[in-house]
Amino acid sequence: MDSHGQVRSHWHPLVEGIFEDDARAARRATEYTRRMIVENGITYNVYADRQGRDRPWILDPLPYLISAQEWQTIEAGVAQRAKLLNAVLIDLYGKQELLSQGALPSEIPFGHPSFLWPCTGITPPGDRWLSMYAADLARSADGRWWVIADRTQAPSGPGYALENRQIVRRAFPHLAQAMDVRPLGAFFAALRDELLRDAEEEPLAVVLTPGSFNETYFEHVYLARQLGFPLVEGHDLTVRDEKVFLKTLSGLRRVHTILRRLDDDFCDPVELRVDSALGVPGLLGAIRKGYVTLDNALGSGVLESAAWLGFLPPLAEPLIGEKLRLSSVASWWCGEPPALGYVIANLSSLVIKPTYPNQKLGPIFGSDLNDEEREVLIARIRARPHAFVAQEHLAFSQAPVWYTKNADTFSARALGIRVYAIATANGYRVMPGGLARFASDAHAEIVSMQRGGGSKDIWVLCDSEEASEEATAPIARADRTVHRHHELPSTLVENLFWMGRYAERCDYKTRLLRATLGLRRNLPFRGQAMEICKHFGSTAVFDPEKRFTLRGDISRLGESAARVRSSLSGENWRALTVLQRDFRRAETARSDARETLDSLLLSLAAIAGFALDDMTQDDGWRLMMIGRRLERLQFLAELLSRRLGSEGTPLRQELEWILEIGDSAITYRTRYRAPPVWDTTIDLLVYDERNPRALAFQWRAINTLLIEVAESLGSKPQETLYEAVSKLVAFKYTNLGGEIGLATGPRLILARHLTDLMSASAQLSDQLTSQHFSHLEFDSRAVSA
Amino acid sequence: MTRYAVRHATTYEYKGDVVHSHHLLHLTPREFAFQRCLTHSIELDPQPSFTRNDIDAFGNGIARLEYDRAHNKLAVTAQMQVEIFARYLGPLEAAEPWDALRNRLSYHASPMSGADLDACRFRMRSGHVPIKLAFEEYTRDIFVPGCSVATAAHALMGKIYREFKYAPGSTTNRTSILDVLKTRRGVCQDFAHLMIACIRSWGLAARYVSGYIRTVRKGGEAAIGGDASHAWVSVYCPPLGWVDFDPTNDCLVAEDHVTLAWGRDFGDVSPLRGVIVGGGGHKLEVDVRVQPLGI
Repeated sequence: MDSHGQVRSHWHPLVEGIFEDDARAARRATEYTRRMIVENGITYNVYADRQGRDRPWILDPLPYLISAQEWQTIEAGVAQRAKLLNAVLIDLYGKQELLSQGALPSEIPFGHPSFLWPCTGITPPGDRWLSMYAADLARSADGRWWVIADRTQAPSGPGYALENRQIVRRAFPHLAQAMDVRPLGAFFAALRDELLRDAEEEPLAVVLTPGSFNETYFEHVYLARQLGFPLVEGHDLTVRDEKVFLKTLSGLRRVHTILRRLDDDFCDPVELRVDSALGVPGLLGAIRKGYVTLDNALGSGVLESAAWLGFLPPLAEPLIGEKLRLSSVASWWCGEPPALGYVIANLSSLVIKPTYPNQKLGPIFGSDLNDEEREVLIARIRARPHAFVAQEHLAFSQAPVWYTKNADTFSARALGIRVYAIATANGYRVMPGGLARFASDAHAEIVSMQRGGGSKDIWVLCDSEEASEEATAPIARADRTVHRHHELPSTLVENLFWMGRYAERCDYKTRLLRATLGLRRNLPFRGQAMEICKHFGSTAVFDPEKRFTLRGDISRLGESAARVRSSLSGENWRALTVLQRDFRRAETARSDARETLDSLLLSLAAIAGFALDDMTQDDGWRLMMIGRRLERLQFLAELLSRRLGSEGTPLRQELEWILEIGDSAITYRTRYRAPPVWDTTIDLLVYDERNPRALAFQWRAINTLLIEVAESLGSKPQETLYEAVSKLVAFKYTNLGGEIGLATGPRLILARHLTDLMSASAQLSDQLTSQHFSHLEFDSRAVSA
Repeated sequence: MTRYAVRHATTYEYKGDVVHSHHLLHLTPREFAFQRCLTHSIELDPQPSFTRNDIDAFGNGIARLEYDRAHNKLAVTAQMQVEIFARYLGPLEAAEPWDALRNRLSYHASPMSGADLDACRFRMRSGHVPIKLAFEEYTRDIFVPGCSVATAAHALMGKIYREFKYAPGSTTNRTSILDVLKTRRGVCQDFAHLMIACIRSWGLAARYVSGYIRTVRKGGEAAIGGDASHAWVSVYCPPLGWVDFDPTNDCLVAEDHVTLAWGRDFGDVSPLRGVIVGGGGHKLEVDVRVQPLGI
């Protein structure tokens, strides 16, 4: 809206388009958007949030429009600013002439936690310190755009911007086309090419994340997928002889480029923060030799401070030979005595911010302070003037927002935009769009996702053919999007393996519980059944105990799934979160146990379906399936061997109980049309290759999967199960199918064979671990003397 | 002039095998106006799979090591012979007044000499040296207007020496100096960090010096000894230059101290730091011997 409260002219087609369409369009679009966010699993983790992790991202369906003409100013200004900031970094980590000449205060870099001394003297390839830069902009009432902050470390949000676009475009399909909105895809293709620019033949780039607890983990997953790079954590990488390697299923693979989403002082615990468990020991050595490129370069975070803003305009001409196009909001660094005087005299009209990000000080609005608070603040500033910056209190321009409780009307919110630029061979290139963020309530002036604001898509309109080239550019070059399976990080595969195991473990524990809950109280073997439940750690649905219980396995399933999110489809991920959520809800509500178990089994069946039908069948998938099959094999073998090893012929009800746990009761009934007896029960649960629950089905499937993995890795398949399996098979031909039924002697032999199979599968699990994940076995830690 | 032979042996004994590790060593004696290095060697057992010698951002000699084979013990023995020269200082009162110096080092939008800019690297907070009002309050009686920076630093050193108890084992590498200020106990590293924090809280420049001291018995007789690494403080006192104060011994650094390296604090110059993979727990032994040599 403009200063008269009128809708600006380039908005007219949008507003008219929506309301001509249907008066209820707003509500529909809002509902659609909310649904897509949940379904695509777009989340934003807020630290210390009562809602816990994975809070849904907030997206207002109404896009924020910027006219072509207005955009030109922003685009040129942001590209120019990136170039200037890059030049400042070259100097700060090089000759430091800007400091010795007095153009910049030494207090700002030397007191900044992201000024990394070990990085001085490092020259990144092409002197490119900033591969990606973002500017936070806001508009004043007169329509001018101002720079509020610079993001130079690892600017978050481009992935959310792309995801926002995809949802909003679908919410208004014909409008986006009719209005000629500039597409974003080409920007990501350019980023990809840029990251691999200096690399050799068969370059490998990875996205380095601090892990699934990070506030923008969703975006790390999303970026990695868009770019076709593996998503890795610090412990997936290792430095040997000053070269960086990714630990993959097939061994170590050289890494050339790291797009980092990890703050710079965390990147190398040997030379930087010693307490960082997230980094890669020795990384700086590799960077120094130019064997790996980090984007952005380590140390670039030093420019994230409001204190720099006022010093940049006079640097533009000497450093890049141009005048600064975009102004930043008027700022006074209090380290200069005249500025300090001005700030103290005009405090009520200023906003006070910290110079250094580790000061734990939010923006303070001078106008909010009473006399006493003013004096306290002034004393603080006087004691350490270089640690404070004052900024003009800029009234943000407001924008219409739909995202409210009652979605039928617009409301106005303060709004800021984040605009991204990436370095390319021809200078900085700006994403034609970005992330618009609005404040949480109508009076708030602080725009932040952490403080509960929301986001909007930015629609940049074109007025010529400038964008026709963008529209046809492929999102990424096809030859490079192929995710080669030999680049699968070992931890990813290990987590897939465990996800498979936990999913299956939840399944059998649920079945065990459900079958046992259904037993009549007076049945003589009920006591034994309870014993078996106890043995498998499955005594109550909502067991407060966490280890070895169903509840514990459900949360471990969630944890391993969170670590492999980059390999799961949105629907698959959603099914996993819904399962967790439903179980937690049932627990809080103390829902009926059987009902809870029934719905849990349904969810687990959906997850099993995704495993079969919705995943790329690479080696990671194969190991996940091996995990599932091994878990099922071990459990059923143990259950049967325990019963076979104890006295007495089981009652009909006990066999029915076993068949129900083995999910084979219906199969039995249709096949034999008679109450169950031991021989046929054993046949169905152990030997029937057509029964997907039978042991034979598991060992055959495992064998096939092991052969496929071995073929793909060029190794030999494990033969660990062979001996136990051949004994079992031999047993069948001599002992089963007769008229007499199972005698005591053979019964005990069968029990022993099953125990042997159980130990063999445990052994196979260990072998797979040591063969494929052994280099992950240990945690690293710091030592110092 | 005095000559010393120093032997600094560090041994890690790990419970299990360490399968991979990286280390960074600050064990090379620094050469400067008052110290010359005659011989220097670092012996390693086992041999690393990779070594690189380098100079760090503050001009100290470093070695980077990598071990890619399993080992359950690491022994690092640095041996050096150095010559220490007497430091001609001139009277402490001849240094600039601290307040004038602070104003000169603070930003004033005009060019700065190389020496001043170098000092600015050691004026701000660093990992082990937070800058808090408490340090300013603790030293308010010392930093009176117009006092020479060297005189003030000397008084501060005496104050720390008198008011703090040297108590080995009372602190660790991670103890905050705010706690040290409260409990009034610590070791040389704590006293050095505390003194640096006090100096910096007045806007002046101080750096952390890591090295060794010759232990001298009461009778003045030189002893074999000095059983640990030592640390003290260097304060920027133009025109005298950088003047070294040892708050643990309440003395100006002269011919009894051997300098290894300097930086903003311990974190920049710790003699041996690294990251190991595996190993379980470990046992650490450090043995330092400082032996004066006849000329």
